[in-house]
Amino acid sequence: MNKLISLLSGIIFGIGLVISGMINPQKVLGFLDLFGNWDPSLAFVMIGALIVSLPMFHIIRKKEKPLLEEKFDYSNNKNIDQRLVLGSILFGAGWGLGGLCPGPAISSLALFNFYSMTFVISMFAGFYFVKLFDSITQAR
Amino acid sequence: MNIVNFTPISALIGGLIIGFAVLIFFLFNGRLIGISGIASNFINREEKRFDNFLFLSGLIIGPIIYKLFFNKEIDINISNSFILLIVAGLLVGFGTRISGGCTSGHGISGISRFSLRSIIATITFMIIGVITVLIKNYL
Repeated sequence: MNKLISLLSGIIFGIGLVISGMINPQKVLGFLDLFGNWDPSLAFVMIGALIVSLPMFHIIRKKEKPLLEEKFDYSNNKNIDQRLVLGSILFGAGWGLGGLCPGPAISSLALFNFYSMTFVISMFAGFYFVKLFDSITQAR
Repeated sequence: MNIVNFTPISALIGGLIIGFAVLIFFLFNGRLIGISGIASNFINREEKRFDNFLFLSGLIIGPIIYKLFFNKEIDINISNSFILLIVAGLLVGFGTRISGGCTSGHGISGISRFSLRSIIATITFMIIGVITVLIKNYL
């Protein structure tokens, strides 16, 4: 049953990305073009998502456990460090260059275009390199 | 600044749907959605690999269901050079893993739980995104 929820959450998220227009890199780049031809849509997507997720998070987390698992499983990392800022800077630069972040990039694989496929392969390589780098530095 | 192509209604509705996906994943499975985390754990970790696979498959199936159900084409119109795409993908992969989240993980889930860490991340990647586009447009 929890497997079905994983699939279903992904499907709903993907539909949300299409309806909001965020699957289109042009909409994202339009949002980031604040000093040129600005398209504020992305801000409305964030507001829409937060209207639901913010209050519901605080209501649900008071429960003893989620409906299908024994415990809640989410990050409670509070470290504000160089990694957080450096990573966000790199991500912001990649986001501004390509107009894709991980969600829309993966969802747009549904369209079988060269653009998304190239980006996603490269993004996964990035994930893997960070793991590799961390395991080397931690081993020392 | 000129405001162009603004689609507030569909953006808000799409956002509500995304929020609903976050809600059910948390209510039933106790996990908060962060796409970069789910995607990178899928390749880097054994734990919950099948769950992560199903979620990622859902992300791809969603637009296909939308196309069949509404009988509408989804247009993506963009042209970027191959090299630029590779660099952008690598930066997004590195960056989200180093900072521990992306637009969904920090921007939606993190802000929902009032995480200062996520608020700082979101402000940072948005400012850098704006600066990157600004520079790109002037080159």
